[in-house]
Amino acid sequence: MSTAIYQTSTMDLRRRIKSRIMILVLMLAAFLAAVPFVFISVYVIYKGATSINLDFFTQLPAAPGEEGGGIGNALLGSFIMVSLATFVAIPWGIICGLYLSEYSATKLSKFLSFTIDLMTSVPSIVVGIFIYATIVLLMGNFSGFAGSCALFVIMIPIIVRSTEEILKLVPFHIREAGLALGLPRWKVILRIVLPGIKSSLISGVMLSLARASGETAPLLFTSLANQYWSTSLTQPMASLPVQIYNFAISGFENLERQAWAGSLVLVMFVVLTNLITRLLFSHKISKKKG
Amino acid sequence: MANIKSRDHHPGDKVFFYILRSVSVLTIGVFMLMVFSIGKMSLQSFETFGLSFFVTNDWNPIEEYFGALPFIYGTLISSFLALIIAVPISLGMALFVNEIAPRWLAAPLGFLVEMLAAIPSIVYGLWGLFVLAPFLRQYVQPPMDTHLGFIPLFSGPPLGVGMFAAGIILAFMITPTISTISREVFSSVPPIMREAAYGLGATRWEMLKLAVLRSSVPGVVAAIMLGFGRALGETMAVTMIIGNVPQIRLNLFEPAQTMASLIANEYAEAETSLQLSSLTAIGMTLFLVSLLVNGAARFVIWKNKERYKI
Repeated sequence: MSTAIYQTSTMDLRRRIKSRIMILVLMLAAFLAAVPFVFISVYVIYKGATSINLDFFTQLPAAPGEEGGGIGNALLGSFIMVSLATFVAIPWGIICGLYLSEYSATKLSKFLSFTIDLMTSVPSIVVGIFIYATIVLLMGNFSGFAGSCALFVIMIPIIVRSTEEILKLVPFHIREAGLALGLPRWKVILRIVLPGIKSSLISGVMLSLARASGETAPLLFTSLANQYWSTSLTQPMASLPVQIYNFAISGFENLERQAWAGSLVLVMFVVLTNLITRLLFSHKISKKKG
Repeated sequence: MANIKSRDHHPGDKVFFYILRSVSVLTIGVFMLMVFSIGKMSLQSFETFGLSFFVTNDWNPIEEYFGALPFIYGTLISSFLALIIAVPISLGMALFVNEIAPRWLAAPLGFLVEMLAAIPSIVYGLWGLFVLAPFLRQYVQPPMDTHLGFIPLFSGPPLGVGMFAAGIILAFMITPTISTISREVFSSVPPIMREAAYGLGATRWEMLKLAVLRSSVPGVVAAIMLGFGRALGETMAVTMIIGNVPQIRLNLFEPAQTMASLIANEYAEAETSLQLSSLTAIGMTLFLVSLLVNGAARFVIWKNKERYKI
């Protein structure tokens, strides 16, 4: 009898030790997963912060081998292309999101949902090829307009999906209340449903904007790059991500330093956007639940 | 909501509906145009080389002979390598954060991993090129060559850039995808399963294994496939760190090239229409493979939808 108890307890001990060890392994995995972000952001700040000054934001890039210079034209180019894409993508994406959620029973709505799924899984470089094969070939040269179109195609599925998901959180009785008052459906949607979820909609748009601002691959052969100030949408246009890429592979120390500084600007923008959006959005959700 | 036409009495509703409908049709049209235009541009290459395009190990713009095999190989191997590194880490992280960690630790850990997904690809590339590659060249590859050199995977000159580095960077990039979806899957396991496992006398790890992991297999498979899909199409980071040499080598320290990195390197400077068409054909291949992998993942999720709703 006593030997039997002794055996079970050693088995128990072995199982408990195994459990402890496995939990330590899981903990290690969690820290390994969290470390890269710390590594990368610390390194980007450390390498980039020293090269940031006023000139960096306002000057043209320095010629290879020379000191100084900046990324002013790239910031302007990114700003122009991203804003143009955003201005078209916001109404477009919200309309598709509305169709998906408010008319979800239609066949076309199901087909659209399927298409959006497919669009989400298209690699961004393939979007670049698409724009090259259509707009660049049609216009005959690389242009800021083509770059904008590529960013637009990338933003659409993100805005559509976030709009749809937010709309599905709105309780149905809110719509019914409006309809019961005799309001037409379009007024219910535009005057009651949409205003109530404005801040959540904005957060979806901000996320897609952050994503588009960091995209390099679809711009490589649509907007190309430009070493000078360029605001013409029919000409090649500089952009921050492409400029970082060209600086990084240039082999000149000054430009490599500026690639780090450019990355710092980009990472700050993207991370801050995500942070703000997250704060806004979690606030909304908790309010809805409470 | 079922029958719109019979319910909407206001004339404005019809207009509203048709506006929504036409924009939706346009969106579907844009996607169709994407498939059509890429397909049309790659036609010349497929007509010239036929199916041998996919099995030819030669990319020669001067003699105008193009084959996609080294790039298909590079894409697949670098993505698999990323999975080998990222899957255990992501699943371990998801289990730890969901099931074990106290809230004060779980929230920041989850946040740090999700922020990884927000970093643009180009920044990963920059970091990989100037930080990871030199580090591997100096501190990781020489000892691996000395101690593990008998395995053909880990021998050869330490270059830093190459397949190995690309796999590591890709692993960073797909960790958030896999772990975020796995966390959702794990949290859909009903608490009663965990209690049942504890009630049977399971230790904590046995509970995780029996109650959480075993019932989450389909969801985790889908998460891994979505991560794989993301790794396949990843462009800038890989372009900057894989070395861009179209070759098939067993040795992971050698440079290689992927489909996406080839397109990024050569598309804007393609000399002939056949080269441009062949590059587009590679893009088409990448496109179809990504759709297949993502479609399969969504199919797995859709098939198990009921289970995850419990």
